[in-house]
Amino acid sequence: MNRQPLTSRALKPTIFFAALVPLALLVWNAFHDGLGANPVETITHETGSWGLRFLLLTLLVTPLRRASGWQALARVRRMLGLFAFFYICLHFLTYVVLDAYFDLHYILEDITDRTYITLGFTSFVLLVPLALTSTNAMVRRLGGRNWRRLHRLAYVAATGGVLHFIWLVKADLREPLIYLGLLLLLFLARVPAIADRLARIRGSSPGESASSARQIAT
Amino acid sequence: MLIRRREDIKSREITDESVYLNRRRFMREAAGITTASALAAAAPGLLLPRPAAALATDPDAKGRILEGVVESPYSTDEKLNRYKDITRYNNFYEFGTGKRDPANRSGRFQPLPWKVQVLGECAKPGHYDLDDIIKPHALEERIYRLRCVEAWSMVVPWVGVPLGPVLKRFEPTSKAKYVAFRTVFRPEQMPGQRRSILDWPYVEGLRIDEAMHPLTLLAVGLYGRALPNQNGAPIRLVVPWKYGFKSIKSVVTIRFTDTQPPTTWSMQLPDEYGFYSNVNPEVDHPRWSQSKERRIGEIRKRDTLMLNGYADQVASLYSGMDLGVFF
Repeated sequence: MNRQPLTSRALKPTIFFAALVPLALLVWNAFHDGLGANPVETITHETGSWGLRFLLLTLLVTPLRRASGWQALARVRRMLGLFAFFYICLHFLTYVVLDAYFDLHYILEDITDRTYITLGFTSFVLLVPLALTSTNAMVRRLGGRNWRRLHRLAYVAATGGVLHFIWLVKADLREPLIYLGLLLLLFLARVPAIADRLARIRGSSPGESASSARQIAT
Repeated sequence: MLIRRREDIKSREITDESVYLNRRRFMREAAGITTASALAAAAPGLLLPRPAAALATDPDAKGRILEGVVESPYSTDEKLNRYKDITRYNNFYEFGTGKRDPANRSGRFQPLPWKVQVLGECAKPGHYDLDDIIKPHALEERIYRLRCVEAWSMVVPWVGVPLGPVLKRFEPTSKAKYVAFRTVFRPEQMPGQRRSILDWPYVEGLRIDEAMHPLTLLAVGLYGRALPNQNGAPIRLVVPWKYGFKSIKSVVTIRFTDTQPPTTWSMQLPDEYGFYSNVNPEVDHPRWSQSKERRIGEIRKRDTLMLNGYADQVASLYSGMDLGVFF
Protein backbone atom coordinates (compact mmCIF):
# COMPACT_ATOMS: atom_id res chain seq x y z
CA MET A 1 0.00 0.00 0.00
CA ASN A 2 2.64 2.52 0.98
CA ARG A 3 4.54 1.75 -2.19
CA GLN A 4 1.82 3.49 -4.19
CA PRO A 5 2.31 7.13 -5.15
CA LEU A 6 0.50 9.72 -3.09
CA THR A 7 -1.90 10.54 -5.92
CA SER A 8 -3.16 6.96 -5.96
CA ARG A 9 -3.52 6.85 -2.19
CA ALA A 10 -5.31 10.21 -2.09
CA LEU A 11 -7.65 9.35 -4.96
CA LYS A 12 -10.28 7.51 -2.97
CA PRO A 13 -10.72 9.94 -0.05
CA THR A 14 -10.61 12.90 -2.45
CA ILE A 15 -13.38 11.50 -4.58
CA PHE A 16 -15.36 10.50 -1.51
CA PHE A 17 -15.46 14.04 -0.15
CA ALA A 18 -15.90 15.62 -3.57
CA ALA A 19 -18.90 13.37 -4.16
CA LEU A 20 -20.54 14.72 -1.02
CA VAL A 21 -20.22 18.34 -2.15
CA PRO A 22 -23.48 18.41 -4.16
CA LEU A 23 -25.37 17.10 -1.16
CA ALA A 24 -23.66 19.56 1.18
CA LEU A 25 -24.61 22.43 -1.15
CA LEU A 26 -28.23 21.29 -1.24
CA VAL A 27 -28.37 21.14 2.56
CA TRP A 28 -26.65 24.52 2.90
CA ASN A 29 -29.00 26.14 0.40
CA ALA A 30 -32.02 24.55 2.03
CA PHE A 31 -31.18 26.41 5.23
CA HIS A 32 -30.30 29.67 3.48
CA ASP A 33 -33.30 30.18 1.19
CA GLY A 34 -31.07 29.19 -1.72
CA LEU A 35 -33.22 26.57 -3.41
CA GLY A 36 -35.33 29.07 -5.32
CA ALA A 37 -39.09 29.49 -5.51
CA ASN A 38 -39.75 25.76 -5.85
CA PRO A 39 -37.36 23.97 -3.47
CA VAL A 40 -38.88 20.53 -3.98
CA GLU A 41 -38.35 20.83 -7.72
CA THR A 42 -34.76 22.00 -7.19
CA ILE A 43 -33.97 19.09 -4.88
CA THR A 44 -35.60 16.64 -7.30
CA HIS A 45 -33.65 17.97 -10.28
CA GLU A 46 -30.33 18.21 -8.43
CA THR A 47 -30.41 14.73 -6.91
CA GLY A 48 -31.56 13.25 -10.22
CA SER A 49 -28.87 15.04 -12.22
CA TRP A 50 -26.13 14.00 -9.81
CA GLY A 51 -27.35 10.42 -9.80
CA LEU A 52 -27.09 10.37 -13.58
CA ARG A 53 -23.70 12.10 -13.57
CA PHE A 54 -22.26 9.60 -11.10
CA LEU A 55 -23.69 6.73 -13.11
CA LEU A 56 -21.92 8.02 -16.22
CA LEU A 57 -18.73 8.65 -14.23
CA THR A 58 -18.88 5.04 -13.02
CA LEU A 59 -19.08 3.87 -16.61
CA LEU A 60 -16.19 6.17 -17.51
CA VAL A 61 -13.77 4.50 -15.08
CA THR A 62 -12.90 1.47 -17.17
CA PRO A 63 -12.27 3.25 -20.49
CA LEU A 64 -10.30 5.92 -18.65
CA ARG A 65 -8.20 3.29 -16.89
CA ARG A 66 -7.51 1.56 -20.17
CA ALA A 67 -6.50 4.76 -21.87
CA SER A 68 -4.41 6.11 -18.99
CA GLY A 69 -3.03 2.86 -17.64
CA TRP A 70 -3.69 4.26 -14.18
CA GLN A 71 -4.78 1.11 -12.36
CA ALA A 72 -5.69 2.91 -9.14
CA LEU A 73 -8.81 4.20 -10.91
CA ALA A 74 -10.36 0.75 -10.70
CA ARG A 75 -10.62 1.12 -6.95
CA VAL A 76 -12.92 4.14 -7.15
CA ARG A 77 -15.40 2.56 -9.51
CA ARG A 78 -17.41 0.88 -6.78
CA MET A 79 -17.51 4.09 -4.76
CA LEU A 80 -18.72 6.12 -7.73
CA GLY A 81 -21.36 3.51 -8.43
CA LEU A 82 -22.55 3.62 -4.85
CA PHE A 83 -22.70 7.42 -4.95
CA ALA A 84 -24.82 7.16 -8.09
CA PHE A 85 -27.14 4.85 -6.18
CA PHE A 86 -27.07 7.19 -3.17
CA TYR A 87 -28.15 10.25 -5.16
CA ILE A 88 -30.78 8.28 -7.07
CA CYS A 89 -32.14 7.02 -3.72
CA LEU A 90 -32.38 10.64 -2.55
CA HIS A 91 -34.07 11.51 -5.85
CA PHE A 92 -36.61 8.71 -5.37
CA LEU A 93 -37.17 9.59 -1.71
CA THR A 94 -37.74 13.24 -2.63
CA TYR A 95 -40.42 12.08 -5.03
CA VAL A 96 -42.07 9.70 -2.53
CA VAL A 97 -41.95 12.05 0.46
CA LEU A 98 -42.06 15.63 -0.83
CA ASP A 99 -43.84 15.17 -4.14
CA ALA A 100 -46.27 12.31 -3.62
CA TYR A 101 -46.52 12.64 0.16
CA PHE A 102 -46.56 8.84 0.53
CA ASP A 103 -49.75 8.68 -1.53
CA LEU A 104 -49.36 5.09 -2.71
CA HIS A 105 -52.23 5.32 -5.18
CA TYR A 106 -50.69 8.41 -6.79
CA ILE A 107 -47.26 6.76 -6.93
CA LEU A 108 -48.54 3.53 -8.48
CA GLU A 109 -50.53 5.46 -11.06
CA ASP A 110 -47.43 7.47 -11.92
CA ILE A 111 -45.31 4.33 -12.29
CA THR A 112 -47.83 2.60 -14.54
CA ASP A 113 -49.15 5.58 -16.53
CA ARG A 114 -46.30 8.02 -16.93
CA THR A 115 -43.60 6.75 -19.23
CA TYR A 116 -40.85 8.90 -17.77
CA ILE A 117 -41.62 7.69 -14.26
CA THR A 118 -41.84 4.08 -15.46
CA LEU A 119 -38.39 4.50 -16.98
CA GLY A 120 -36.92 6.22 -13.96
CA PHE A 121 -38.40 3.79 -11.48
CA THR A 122 -37.25 0.76 -13.48
CA SER A 123 -33.73 2.12 -13.65
CA PHE A 124 -33.75 2.71 -9.90
CA VAL A 125 -34.96 -0.84 -9.24
CA LEU A 126 -32.25 -2.26 -11.51
CA LEU A 127 -29.60 -0.51 -9.45
CA VAL A 128 -30.72 -2.14 -6.20
CA PRO A 129 -29.16 -5.58 -6.87
CA LEU A 130 -25.99 -3.87 -8.09
CA ALA A 131 -25.65 -1.94 -4.84
CA LEU A 132 -26.40 -5.07 -2.81
CA THR A 133 -23.75 -7.11 -4.63
CA SER A 134 -21.10 -4.43 -4.53
CA THR A 135 -19.20 -5.89 -1.56
CA ASN A 136 -16.08 -8.00 -1.98
CA ALA A 137 -17.84 -10.90 -0.29
CA MET A 138 -20.68 -10.78 -2.82
CA VAL A 139 -18.25 -10.64 -5.74
CA ARG A 140 -16.60 -13.79 -4.41
CA ARG A 141 -19.92 -15.51 -3.79
CA LEU A 142 -21.23 -14.79 -7.27
CA GLY A 143 -17.94 -15.41 -9.01
CA GLY A 144 -16.34 -12.86 -11.29
CA ARG A 145 -18.15 -13.99 -14.43
CA ASN A 146 -21.66 -13.93 -12.93
CA TRP A 147 -20.92 -10.69 -11.12
CA ARG A 148 -19.82 -9.01 -14.34
CA ARG A 149 -22.87 -10.29 -16.16
CA LEU A 150 -25.17 -8.96 -13.44
CA HIS A 151 -23.44 -5.61 -13.35
CA ARG A 152 -24.04 -5.03 -17.03
CA LEU A 153 -27.43 -3.86 -15.76
CA ALA A 154 -25.64 -0.59 -15.07
CA TYR A 155 -25.78 0.10 -18.84
CA VAL A 156 -29.52 -0.55 -18.87
CA ALA A 157 -30.05 1.67 -15.84
CA ALA A 158 -27.97 4.50 -17.32
CA THR A 159 -29.90 4.28 -20.60
CA GLY A 160 -33.18 4.29 -18.67
CA GLY A 161 -32.00 7.28 -16.66
CA VAL A 162 -31.17 9.30 -19.76
CA LEU A 163 -34.49 8.39 -21.40
CA HIS A 164 -36.28 9.33 -18.16
CA PHE A 165 -34.73 12.80 -18.48
CA ILE A 166 -35.45 13.17 -22.21
CA TRP A 167 -39.06 12.15 -21.67
CA LEU A 168 -39.91 14.76 -19.09
CA VAL A 169 -38.48 17.79 -20.90
CA LYS A 170 -41.03 20.14 -22.44
CA ALA A 171 -39.13 21.58 -25.38
CA ASP A 172 -35.47 22.27 -24.67
CA LEU A 173 -33.72 18.93 -25.18
CA ARG A 174 -30.17 20.26 -25.10
CA GLU A 175 -29.24 19.11 -21.61
CA PRO A 176 -30.64 15.57 -21.74
CA LEU A 177 -29.16 15.14 -25.22
CA ILE A 178 -25.72 15.95 -23.82
CA TYR A 179 -26.17 13.06 -21.39
CA LEU A 180 -27.33 10.85 -24.25
CA GLY A 181 -24.24 11.81 -26.25
CA LEU A 182 -21.94 11.03 -23.32
CA LEU A 183 -23.66 7.69 -22.78
CA LEU A 184 -23.22 6.79 -26.45
CA LEU A 185 -19.52 7.67 -26.21
CA LEU A 186 -19.22 5.38 -23.20
CA PHE A 187 -20.88 2.59 -25.16
CA LEU A 188 -18.54 3.26 -28.08
CA ALA A 189 -15.52 2.99 -25.79
CA ARG A 190 -16.59 -0.58 -25.10
CA VAL A 191 -16.66 -1.71 -28.71
CA PRO A 192 -13.75 -4.22 -28.72
CA ALA A 193 -11.83 -2.56 -31.55
CA ILE A 194 -12.07 0.82 -29.85
CA ALA A 195 -11.37 -0.61 -26.39
CA ASP A 196 -8.14 -2.10 -27.71
CA ARG A 197 -7.10 1.17 -29.28
CA LEU A 198 -7.73 2.90 -25.95
CA ALA A 199 -5.57 0.28 -24.26
CA ARG A 200 -2.72 0.94 -26.70
CA ILE A 201 -2.65 4.67 -25.88
CA ARG A 202 -0.61 4.00 -22.79
CA GLY A 203 0.73 0.64 -23.88
CA SER A 204 -1.10 -1.36 -21.25
CA SER A 205 -1.66 -4.95 -22.31
CA PRO A 206 -4.98 -5.77 -23.98
CA GLY A 207 -5.55 -8.53 -21.44
CA GLU A 208 -6.11 -5.94 -18.75
CA SER A 209 -9.10 -4.49 -20.46
CA ALA A 210 -11.36 -7.35 -19.47
CA SER A 211 -10.12 -7.67 -15.95
CA SER A 212 -11.75 -4.69 -14.32
CA ALA A 213 -14.18 -6.81 -12.32
CA ARG A 214 -11.35 -8.94 -10.97
CA GLN A 215 -9.47 -5.83 -10.00
CA ILE A 216 -12.26 -4.64 -7.82
CA ALA A 217 -12.41 -7.98 -6.09
CA THR A 218 -8.74 -8.02 -5.22
CA MET B 1 -64.70 47.52 -2.88
CA LEU B 2 -68.15 48.30 -1.51
CA ILE B 3 -69.69 44.88 -1.86
CA ARG B 4 -66.85 42.46 -1.99
CA ARG B 5 -68.09 39.15 -3.31
CA ARG B 6 -66.10 36.23 -2.07
CA GLU B 7 -65.39 33.69 -4.72
CA ASP B 8 -64.30 30.59 -2.99
CA ILE B 9 -64.65 28.56 -6.14
CA LYS B 10 -65.18 24.88 -5.94
CA SER B 11 -64.72 22.36 -8.67
CA ARG B 12 -68.10 21.92 -10.33
CA GLU B 13 -69.65 19.94 -13.08
CA ILE B 14 -69.62 21.93 -16.27
CA THR B 15 -73.18 22.55 -17.39
CA ASP B 16 -76.33 22.97 -15.40
CA GLU B 17 -78.93 25.31 -16.81
CA SER B 18 -80.07 26.85 -13.52
CA VAL B 19 -76.53 27.46 -12.27
CA TYR B 20 -75.70 28.85 -15.67
CA LEU B 21 -78.42 31.49 -15.36
CA ASN B 22 -77.28 32.41 -11.85
CA ARG B 23 -73.78 32.83 -13.21
CA ARG B 24 -75.01 35.38 -15.66
CA ARG B 25 -76.68 37.33 -12.89
CA PHE B 26 -73.45 37.15 -10.94
CA MET B 27 -71.56 38.47 -13.93
CA ARG B 28 -73.96 41.39 -14.33
CA GLU B 29 -73.61 42.33 -10.69
CA ALA B 30 -69.86 41.97 -10.82
CA ALA B 31 -69.74 44.11 -13.95
CA GLY B 32 -71.68 46.76 -12.05
CA ILE B 33 -69.09 46.76 -9.31
CA THR B 34 -66.32 47.08 -11.90
CA THR B 35 -68.08 50.08 -13.38
CA ALA B 36 -68.28 51.59 -9.92
CA SER B 37 -64.55 51.03 -9.51
CA ALA B 38 -63.90 52.73 -12.83
CA LEU B 39 -66.06 55.67 -11.79
CA ALA B 40 -64.21 55.94 -8.53
CA ALA B 41 -60.96 56.14 -10.43
CA ALA B 42 -62.25 58.64 -12.98
CA ALA B 43 -64.02 60.94 -10.51
CA PRO B 44 -62.40 60.69 -7.11
CA GLY B 45 -64.51 63.57 -5.83
CA LEU B 46 -67.76 61.71 -6.38
CA LEU B 47 -66.90 58.32 -5.01
CA LEU B 48 -64.43 57.47 -2.34
CA PRO B 49 -61.23 56.32 -4.00
CA ARG B 50 -59.72 53.12 -2.79
CA PRO B 51 -57.04 53.84 -0.23
CA ALA B 52 -53.68 52.89 -1.68
CA ALA B 53 -52.88 50.89 1.43
CA ALA B 54 -55.46 48.31 0.45
CA LEU B 55 -53.54 47.32 -2.67
CA ALA B 56 -51.00 44.52 -2.55
CA THR B 57 -47.50 45.57 -1.60
CA ASP B 58 -44.17 43.85 -1.19
CA PRO B 59 -41.02 45.55 0.11
CA ASP B 60 -38.99 43.87 -2.65
CA ALA B 61 -41.17 45.25 -5.45
CA LYS B 62 -39.30 47.42 -7.94
CA GLY B 63 -40.17 49.53 -10.94
CA ARG B 64 -42.38 52.44 -11.84
CA ILE B 65 -45.37 52.82 -9.48
CA LEU B 66 -48.69 52.70 -11.32
CA GLU B 67 -51.11 55.43 -10.28
CA GLY B 68 -54.85 55.28 -9.84
CA VAL B 69 -55.15 51.53 -9.42
CA VAL B 70 -58.46 50.35 -8.02
CA GLU B 71 -59.37 47.05 -6.42
CA SER B 72 -61.51 44.52 -8.18
CA PRO B 73 -64.25 42.17 -6.97
CA TYR B 74 -62.67 39.50 -9.14
CA SER B 75 -59.65 39.28 -6.87
CA THR B 76 -59.10 36.23 -4.72
CA ASP B 77 -58.21 36.76 -1.07
CA GLU B 78 -55.75 33.86 -1.04
CA LYS B 79 -52.27 34.41 0.28
CA LEU B 80 -50.14 36.22 -2.28
CA ASN B 81 -46.88 34.86 -3.60
CA ARG B 82 -43.83 36.98 -2.90
CA TYR B 83 -42.65 39.47 -5.50
CA LYS B 84 -39.31 37.69 -5.41
CA ASP B 85 -40.85 34.37 -6.40
CA ILE B 86 -43.16 35.87 -9.01
CA THR B 87 -40.21 37.58 -10.70
CA ARG B 88 -37.56 34.86 -10.37
CA TYR B 89 -39.43 31.74 -11.28
CA ASN B 90 -40.67 32.25 -14.81
CA ASN B 91 -41.32 30.41 -18.00
CA PHE B 92 -40.50 32.92 -20.71
CA TYR B 93 -38.48 30.93 -23.24
CA GLU B 94 -37.66 34.10 -25.18
CA PHE B 95 -35.06 34.67 -22.45
CA GLY B 96 -34.07 31.02 -21.93
CA THR B 97 -35.65 27.81 -20.75
CA GLY B 98 -34.34 27.85 -17.17
CA LYS B 99 -36.71 29.21 -14.52
CA ARG B 100 -34.20 31.91 -13.58
CA ASP B 101 -33.19 32.77 -17.13
CA PRO B 102 -35.94 35.37 -17.65
CA ALA B 103 -34.83 37.28 -14.51
CA ASN B 104 -31.13 36.90 -15.28
CA ARG B 105 -31.11 37.42 -19.04
CA SER B 106 -33.78 40.07 -19.71
CA GLY B 107 -31.71 43.09 -18.67
CA ARG B 108 -31.19 44.31 -22.23
CA PHE B 109 -34.84 44.20 -23.15
CA GLN B 110 -36.34 47.66 -23.88
CA PRO B 111 -40.08 47.59 -23.16
CA LEU B 112 -40.62 51.29 -23.90
CA PRO B 113 -41.62 52.85 -26.21
CA TRP B 114 -44.09 50.18 -27.26
CA LYS B 115 -46.58 49.93 -30.06
CA VAL B 116 -49.22 47.31 -30.69
CA GLN B 117 -50.45 46.59 -34.17
CA VAL B 118 -54.16 45.86 -34.40
CA LEU B 119 -55.40 44.22 -37.59
CA GLY B 120 -57.83 41.79 -39.12
CA GLU B 121 -61.59 41.78 -38.76
CA CYS B 122 -62.13 45.16 -37.15
CA ALA B 123 -63.11 48.69 -38.15
CA LYS B 124 -60.18 50.41 -36.51
CA PRO B 125 -56.95 48.64 -37.34
CA GLY B 126 -53.69 50.46 -36.86
CA HIS B 127 -50.53 50.92 -34.84
CA TYR B 128 -51.43 51.99 -31.34
CA ASP B 129 -49.15 53.35 -28.70
CA LEU B 130 -49.25 51.47 -25.39
CA ASP B 131 -50.77 54.52 -23.66
CA ASP B 132 -53.48 54.81 -26.32
CA ILE B 133 -54.53 51.27 -25.50
CA ILE B 134 -54.41 51.45 -21.71
CA LYS B 135 -55.07 55.09 -20.72
CA PRO B 136 -58.79 55.27 -21.58
CA HIS B 137 -59.43 52.53 -19.00
CA ALA B 138 -59.08 52.40 -15.23
CA LEU B 139 -56.23 50.28 -13.99
CA GLU B 140 -57.44 47.49 -11.74
CA GLU B 141 -55.63 45.22 -9.38
CA ARG B 142 -56.64 41.65 -10.13
CA ILE B 143 -55.36 39.03 -7.73
CA TYR B 144 -55.55 35.82 -9.70
CA ARG B 145 -54.41 32.27 -9.32
CA LEU B 146 -51.91 31.30 -12.02
CA ARG B 147 -51.70 27.59 -12.85
CA CYS B 148 -48.77 26.48 -14.98
CA VAL B 149 -49.11 23.41 -17.19
CA GLU B 150 -46.09 22.08 -15.27
CA ALA B 151 -48.29 21.56 -12.19
CA TRP B 152 -47.21 24.52 -10.09
CA SER B 153 -49.24 27.59 -9.24
CA MET B 154 -48.99 31.07 -7.78
CA VAL B 155 -51.25 33.87 -6.62
CA VAL B 156 -50.30 37.07 -8.42
CA PRO B 157 -51.57 40.64 -7.85
CA TRP B 158 -51.71 41.80 -11.46
CA VAL B 159 -52.44 45.35 -12.49
CA GLY B 160 -54.19 45.83 -15.79
CA VAL B 161 -57.37 46.53 -17.67
CA PRO B 162 -60.02 44.07 -18.80
CA LEU B 163 -59.30 43.03 -22.39
CA GLY B 164 -62.93 43.15 -23.56
CA PRO B 165 -63.46 46.95 -23.42
CA VAL B 166 -60.06 47.47 -25.06
CA LEU B 167 -60.98 45.17 -27.94
CA LYS B 168 -64.37 46.84 -28.38
CA ARG B 169 -62.67 50.15 -29.10
CA PHE B 170 -61.17 48.55 -32.22
CA GLU B 171 -64.72 47.69 -33.31
CA PRO B 172 -64.41 44.04 -34.24
CA THR B 173 -66.70 43.02 -37.11
CA SER B 174 -69.16 40.15 -37.06
CA LYS B 175 -66.48 38.00 -38.66
CA ALA B 176 -64.21 38.39 -35.66
CA LYS B 177 -64.60 34.94 -34.12
CA TYR B 178 -61.14 34.71 -32.62
CA VAL B 179 -58.38 36.99 -31.41
CA ALA B 180 -54.76 36.12 -32.17
CA PHE B 181 -51.81 37.58 -30.27
CA ARG B 182 -48.11 37.70 -31.07
CA THR B 183 -45.07 38.29 -28.89
CA VAL B 184 -42.33 40.65 -30.00
CA PHE B 185 -39.39 39.10 -31.88
CA ARG B 186 -36.10 40.73 -30.86
CA PRO B 187 -33.35 38.13 -30.77
CA GLU B 188 -30.79 40.85 -30.05
CA GLN B 189 -32.59 41.64 -26.78
CA MET B 190 -34.12 38.23 -26.12
CA PRO B 191 -31.30 35.67 -26.06
CA GLY B 192 -33.67 32.68 -25.97
CA GLN B 193 -34.94 33.62 -29.43
CA ARG B 194 -31.50 33.00 -30.94
CA ARG B 195 -32.16 29.28 -30.75
CA SER B 196 -35.20 27.69 -32.30
CA ILE B 197 -36.42 26.01 -29.11
CA LEU B 198 -39.88 27.14 -30.18
CA ASP B 199 -41.10 28.44 -33.52
CA TRP B 200 -40.63 32.16 -32.88
CA PRO B 201 -42.35 34.52 -32.61
CA TYR B 202 -44.64 33.10 -29.94
CA VAL B 203 -48.29 33.22 -30.90
CA GLU B 204 -51.44 32.60 -28.90
CA GLY B 205 -55.16 32.98 -29.38
CA LEU B 206 -58.56 33.05 -27.75
CA ARG B 207 -62.08 32.60 -28.94
CA ILE B 208 -63.74 36.02 -29.05
CA ASP B 209 -66.06 35.21 -26.13
CA GLU B 210 -63.08 34.12 -24.05
CA ALA B 211 -61.28 37.32 -24.96
CA MET B 212 -64.33 39.41 -24.05
CA HIS B 213 -64.88 37.65 -20.75
CA PRO B 214 -64.56 40.07 -17.82
CA LEU B 215 -61.89 37.92 -16.16
CA THR B 216 -59.55 38.22 -19.16
CA LEU B 217 -56.99 40.87 -18.40
CA LEU B 218 -54.41 42.91 -20.27
CA ALA B 219 -51.79 43.28 -17.56
CA VAL B 220 -49.24 46.07 -17.41
CA GLY B 221 -48.04 45.57 -13.86
CA LEU B 222 -47.84 43.51 -10.71
CA TYR B 223 -47.68 44.50 -7.08
CA GLY B 224 -48.67 48.03 -8.11
CA ARG B 225 -45.60 48.49 -10.31
CA ALA B 226 -44.92 48.31 -14.03
CA LEU B 227 -44.32 44.74 -15.25
CA PRO B 228 -40.71 43.57 -14.99
CA ASN B 229 -39.21 42.38 -18.28
CA GLN B 230 -39.25 38.75 -17.15
CA ASN B 231 -43.00 38.86 -16.56
CA GLY B 232 -43.89 40.07 -20.04
CA ALA B 233 -43.25 43.81 -20.06
CA PRO B 234 -44.78 46.08 -21.01
CA ILE B 235 -48.10 44.40 -21.80
CA ARG B 236 -49.28 40.83 -21.51
CA LEU B 237 -52.39 38.75 -21.42
CA VAL B 238 -53.69 37.07 -18.26
CA VAL B 239 -56.33 34.37 -18.68
CA PRO B 240 -56.60 32.91 -15.19
CA TRP B 241 -58.64 29.79 -15.98
CA LYS B 242 -56.17 28.58 -18.61
CA TYR B 243 -52.68 27.17 -18.25
CA GLY B 244 -50.08 29.89 -17.95
CA PHE B 245 -48.66 29.57 -21.46
CA LYS B 246 -51.94 30.90 -22.89
CA SER B 247 -51.23 34.22 -21.15
CA ILE B 248 -48.90 35.51 -23.85
CA LYS B 249 -46.27 38.06 -22.88
CA SER B 250 -44.85 41.22 -24.47
CA VAL B 251 -47.68 41.47 -27.01
CA VAL B 252 -47.06 43.41 -30.24
CA THR B 253 -49.89 42.20 -32.44
CA ILE B 254 -53.61 41.74 -31.89
CA ARG B 255 -55.44 40.28 -34.86
CA PHE B 256 -59.15 39.56 -35.19
CA THR B 257 -59.75 36.46 -37.28
CA ASP B 258 -62.69 34.36 -38.42
CA THR B 259 -60.82 31.07 -38.08
CA GLN B 260 -59.04 29.53 -35.11
CA PRO B 261 -55.50 30.93 -35.08
CA PRO B 262 -52.42 28.74 -34.64
CA THR B 263 -50.82 28.71 -31.19
CA THR B 264 -47.15 28.03 -30.52
CA TRP B 265 -47.33 25.10 -28.11
CA SER B 266 -50.09 23.31 -29.99
CA MET B 267 -47.96 23.59 -33.15
CA GLN B 268 -44.91 22.31 -31.29
CA LEU B 269 -46.63 19.32 -29.64
CA PRO B 270 -50.21 18.98 -30.91
CA ASP B 271 -50.89 15.86 -28.83
CA GLU B 272 -49.95 17.61 -25.61
CA TYR B 273 -51.21 21.17 -25.92
CA GLY B 274 -54.54 22.14 -27.40
CA PHE B 275 -55.98 25.48 -28.43
CA TYR B 276 -58.14 25.77 -25.32
CA SER B 277 -55.69 24.55 -22.65
CA ASN B 278 -58.17 25.15 -19.88
CA VAL B 279 -56.99 24.12 -16.44
CA ASN B 280 -58.63 20.76 -15.91
CA PRO B 281 -57.67 18.26 -13.19
CA GLU B 282 -59.50 15.52 -15.08
CA VAL B 283 -57.58 15.85 -18.33
CA ASP B 284 -53.99 14.83 -17.75
CA HIS B 285 -51.06 16.02 -19.77
CA PRO B 286 -50.00 12.94 -21.78
CA ARG B 287 -46.79 12.76 -19.76
CA TRP B 288 -47.85 13.91 -16.29
CA SER B 289 -50.85 14.27 -14.03
CA GLN B 290 -52.79 17.52 -13.81
CA SER B 291 -54.85 16.47 -10.79
CA LYS B 292 -52.58 18.25 -8.30
CA GLU B 293 -50.34 21.26 -8.22
CA ARG B 294 -47.71 22.73 -5.98
CA ARG B 295 -48.50 26.25 -4.88
CA ILE B 296 -45.17 28.05 -4.85
CA GLY B 297 -44.26 28.57 -1.20
CA GLU B 298 -45.88 25.34 -0.13
CA ILE B 299 -44.42 21.84 0.05
CA ARG B 300 -47.43 19.58 -0.08
CA LYS B 301 -49.36 19.56 -3.33
CA ARG B 302 -52.95 20.70 -3.38
CA ASP B 303 -55.78 19.54 -5.61
CA THR B 304 -56.11 21.40 -8.89
CA LEU B 305 -59.52 23.02 -9.27
CA MET B 306 -61.68 22.79 -12.37
CA LEU B 307 -60.91 25.80 -14.60
CA ASN B 308 -58.42 26.84 -11.92
CA GLY B 309 -61.25 27.65 -9.53
CA TYR B 310 -63.00 29.99 -12.00
CA ALA B 311 -65.61 27.45 -13.10
CA ASP B 312 -68.48 29.52 -11.69
CA GLN B 313 -67.54 32.39 -13.96
CA VAL B 314 -66.37 30.67 -17.14
CA ALA B 315 -67.77 27.12 -17.34
CA SER B 316 -70.71 28.41 -19.40
CA LEU B 317 -68.28 29.31 -22.18
CA TYR B 318 -67.74 25.61 -22.73
CA SER B 319 -71.22 24.22 -22.24
CA GLY B 320 -71.79 21.25 -24.49
CA MET B 321 -68.11 20.88 -25.29
CA ASP B 322 -66.16 17.74 -24.43
CA LEU B 323 -63.17 19.20 -22.64
CA GLY B 324 -61.29 15.94 -23.10
CA VAL B 325 -61.48 16.47 -26.87
CA PHE B 326 -61.10 20.26 -26.83
CA PHE B 327 -58.21 20.24 -24.35
